[in-house]
Amino acid sequence: MSLLEKFAGLSAQYNSLESIGANPFNVTFDRVLSPTEAMIGDRRLLLLGTNNYLGLTYDPAVIAKAVEATRNFGTGTTGSRIANGSYGGHRELEHALADFYGRKHAMVFSTGYQANLGMLSTLAGKNDHLLLDADSHASIYDGSRLGHAQVTRFRHNDPDDLHKRLRRLADVPGDKVIVVEGIYSMLGDTAPLREFVDVKREWGAYLVVDEAHSLGVLGETGRGLAEAQGVEADVDFVVGTFSKSLGGVGGFCVSDIDGFDILRVACRPYMFTASLPPAIIAGTMEALHQMRTQPQLRARLMQNAERFYEGLARLGFRVGPELSPVVSAIMPDAETASMFWTNLLKAGLYTNVSLPPATPNGLALLRSSVSAAHTLQQIDHAIALFAHVGRSLGLIPYHAVDAEALIAGE
Amino acid sequence: MESSVDDIRGVVFDTLRASLPKPVELSDQTNIVRDLGLDSVAVMDFVMEIEDRLDISVPLDRIAEVENIGDLVTTVRDLKGRA
Repeated sequence: MSLLEKFAGLSAQYNSLESIGANPFNVTFDRVLSPTEAMIGDRRLLLLGTNNYLGLTYDPAVIAKAVEATRNFGTGTTGSRIANGSYGGHRELEHALADFYGRKHAMVFSTGYQANLGMLSTLAGKNDHLLLDADSHASIYDGSRLGHAQVTRFRHNDPDDLHKRLRRLADVPGDKVIVVEGIYSMLGDTAPLREFVDVKREWGAYLVVDEAHSLGVLGETGRGLAEAQGVEADVDFVVGTFSKSLGGVGGFCVSDIDGFDILRVACRPYMFTASLPPAIIAGTMEALHQMRTQPQLRARLMQNAERFYEGLARLGFRVGPELSPVVSAIMPDAETASMFWTNLLKAGLYTNVSLPPATPNGLALLRSSVSAAHTLQQIDHAIALFAHVGRSLGLIPYHAVDAEALIAGE
Repeated sequence: MESSVDDIRGVVFDTLRASLPKPVELSDQTNIVRDLGLDSVAVMDFVMEIEDRLDISVPLDRIAEVENIGDLVTTVRDLKGRA
């Protein structure tokens, strides 16, 4: 027991959630029916917390390709690309990603987490410097710890603070690598990339943008925030994931930098892990194709996001600072967030609870993610459930526009 | 600029008091995580305030080594001396 005693505090918190029988961090779906519905026991749930932005997990063409690849190439690669060989599909997917982003190079990782772990730990060496946005995802923090660079944190979305920190490093030798995200996964806000690009240029630094939550969501063709803000030429590395908009699992990095391929034998989280199975590669390849050829999915996603975000705001909930498919209602504390989550689940709606230290500024969040696959009725139903639970917990006033009136008025 | 050990300790105490919900007795021996109940991100946020006050950046590996306020004062003094 003593080995795990250091987790006593965490354990007490976790057990208190288990004891009330509603632990947002330990949910099992017994069946999944569609991108927007699942079953727990005999209870049918509307899914509003799965990051399935384009709803491609049940796309018939994606499934067909995944099945065909399994029949033709087997269930797994049983090894790493370096030691045991790549399959043609790995290369094809890398070419497709490079083509999509208009970049010379692409590298595929087994998860999005590993893409950050690999790129950040390898790009910045012992005498280099990583500058991370304070609200960066855990994979970015972990990647910075795996490597040997000196790591500096700057204030969230604050180009002036980044500038200040680069100034302090002006006379220190070594390359400077800035890391920011497209859409931040907790509050759904986006980075002021144009301003960051100005700072990057001024100091001759490199810029990595993690588009995990913005791929397929932002930009004219879905390439993410850098495309939306017209600064792709100044982004040196784009990192992303297949597990959200593309409905699979895996991560990637694209870049134009000369000599990129040496990373394949230098980047440990790429080298020392099993490569993605054929079904995932083929399914992701098809999902990328669907995403590129169906821009209406992105339009529908943003319509749904707007309806839900505005709906919660109108009810009187405190929501994140910007409209995005990530919609978080800010709760007064962790207990209320858990209670809110539990009541929604009992009413048939699945969302997420996000708590410090995973959230910025110590916030307790009831987090939702909207999908293109949601119908307007599903979105309105979710808003009505939020209204009901929010009022029953005294979080929003009764006199605010009620959900039915809201729906009727639109 | 404030850079003697006492000055730096003063800045650390002031900053901490401002970021804690209720008044706490502080000393060099105060353990930042255990005694003050700050999580890993809250510690980094509070160090940022000190960085602003003293115009330094404290690398994350140096923050990770800090256990009590005395360690933090020593680390900040070290970085400030180099700046």
